[in-house]
Amino acid sequence: MDTMRDRFAPVVSRLLDEDPRVAVVLAEIGKDGFAEARRRHPDRVINVGIREQLLVGAGAGLALTGMRPVVHTFASFLVERPFEQVKLDLGHQDVGAVLVSAAASFDWPAGGYTHMAPGDVALLDTLDGWTVHVPGHPDEAETLLRHAVAAGDDKVYVRLSVQSNAQARPVDGERFTTVREGRSGVVVAVGPMLDAVLDTTEGLDVTVLYATTVRPFDAAALRRATRTAGADVVLVEPYLAGTSTAAANDALSDVPHRVMGLGVGRAELRRYGTVAEHTAAHGLDARSLRERISAFLGGGPGSERA
Amino acid sequence: MTITEELGRTHGYADLPRLMGLMTGDEKHGPAATSTLDVLWVLYDRVLRVRPEQREDPERDRFLLSKGHGPMAYYAVLAAKGFLPVDWLPQFGAYDSPLGHHPDRTLVPGAEIGSGSLGHGLPIAVGTALGLRAQGLDRPRVWALIGDAELDEGSNHEAIAFAGPAGLEQLHTVVVDNASASHARPGGIAARFEAAGWSALTVDGRDHEALYTAFTAPHPGRPHVVVARVEPKNA
Repeated sequence: MDTMRDRFAPVVSRLLDEDPRVAVVLAEIGKDGFAEARRRHPDRVINVGIREQLLVGAGAGLALTGMRPVVHTFASFLVERPFEQVKLDLGHQDVGAVLVSAAASFDWPAGGYTHMAPGDVALLDTLDGWTVHVPGHPDEAETLLRHAVAAGDDKVYVRLSVQSNAQARPVDGERFTTVREGRSGVVVAVGPMLDAVLDTTEGLDVTVLYATTVRPFDAAALRRATRTAGADVVLVEPYLAGTSTAAANDALSDVPHRVMGLGVGRAELRRYGTVAEHTAAHGLDARSLRERISAFLGGGPGSERA
Repeated sequence: MTITEELGRTHGYADLPRLMGLMTGDEKHGPAATSTLDVLWVLYDRVLRVRPEQREDPERDRFLLSKGHGPMAYYAVLAAKGFLPVDWLPQFGAYDSPLGHHPDRTLVPGAEIGSGSLGHGLPIAVGTALGLRAQGLDRPRVWALIGDAELDEGSNHEAIAFAGPAGLEQLHTVVVDNASASHARPGGIAARFEAAGWSALTVDGRDHEALYTAFTAPHPGRPHVVVARVEPKNA
């Protein structure tokens, strides 16, 4: 199967053809995919070199002139390294952009921690007004990229990963969808975590919600699900564990509830290897997930505190 | 002296000290506020093709104050040119004033960017020039004002090194040099721009004719920097 990133340049190249407002800003990474588009639109496919502060600042300048910049590099160099540019050049200047990242939490484990960004969504959570899409399949990535570019002058982050579910699902760029219904807990699977969550919860009497747009957090969907499945909630996120715990707590602030946030651990592993090995090391493989989710849901209110 | 008439008022260069004087109180960047005064006046009076009624005009010139510290001279010039009412000035820095100790573009009429954190204006100016070029808007010019110590910030060097080879002729920078950088070498400012392929001129930042000549010097195919030297901050 091709990857989300394989879809990025073809989709955005078509958007460059369709919409004269669209401009792509790159910092070397990903430029080969845009070679043909750059021939057609030399002024709207811009490679600033290995300069990530300029990458975001130039994107903001383009937006100030009315363009719709699509800014791309690895997540660690897009959100973390130029974070103040994201905060000020976009947020404070009150302009929008589409930030599209690759490499995610540990897409290239052999590349080590310098190329891992499990904290990207949590960092964006410190800022106002960001929409965050976390597709779980290349087809969903395509749909969500189109939503992102079409979202007026909004600030939108699209998190692409080599991790993927086997099947694409319909996504609308807004809401969580219900994949499975049960009566003893709600598991929210974010993007590429869905397949593992479905394996894990096979035979458990739980509702599974699928989230590909995590900001704004679909509080209404979570509240609705808890009405029949109860308010024991597990979040399974492909980035820093607990990133959405506060959002889930806020959604359920007027009802007694429990939330467990699963995701990538904070501690640096200092390991290379494969995605599967890192998934297991962070307890996100099906077997670990089953143990942790069963313990949490099986325990029920009070029992773990006994 | 040049006199302009805006919104029924007449303000010239000689009025600027009085306008700045209206902004009293706990202003914290006094010396920096005046280092930019003559540069700002010559730009707004004779160089920039932007008037208050053109604030949304795609064809307007863009002036980006990157060195947002000490914006009193900027506000005074904007008021003198009719972008903002003179009676806003006395409330400078107050809770409900649009005029802060660093400008906010969403609050200050005529301000193209908000600034304060150093090193943001020039990269944004690069993107602005790219955006104008991509839309076939060849006429507007983009100006960024930075300070000599602001050049310490590495983000500027990303912008300088890109803009020269990219041939961004619409892009202009004025560096107000009051020798406030702790680590600098004589001639280093212009040299760094020139090394990246910019056109560069260094002039007396208090000499209006010299500034005007430098600001309007042709620089085909290249971005242009004017280093405007003023009295040293700590002299």
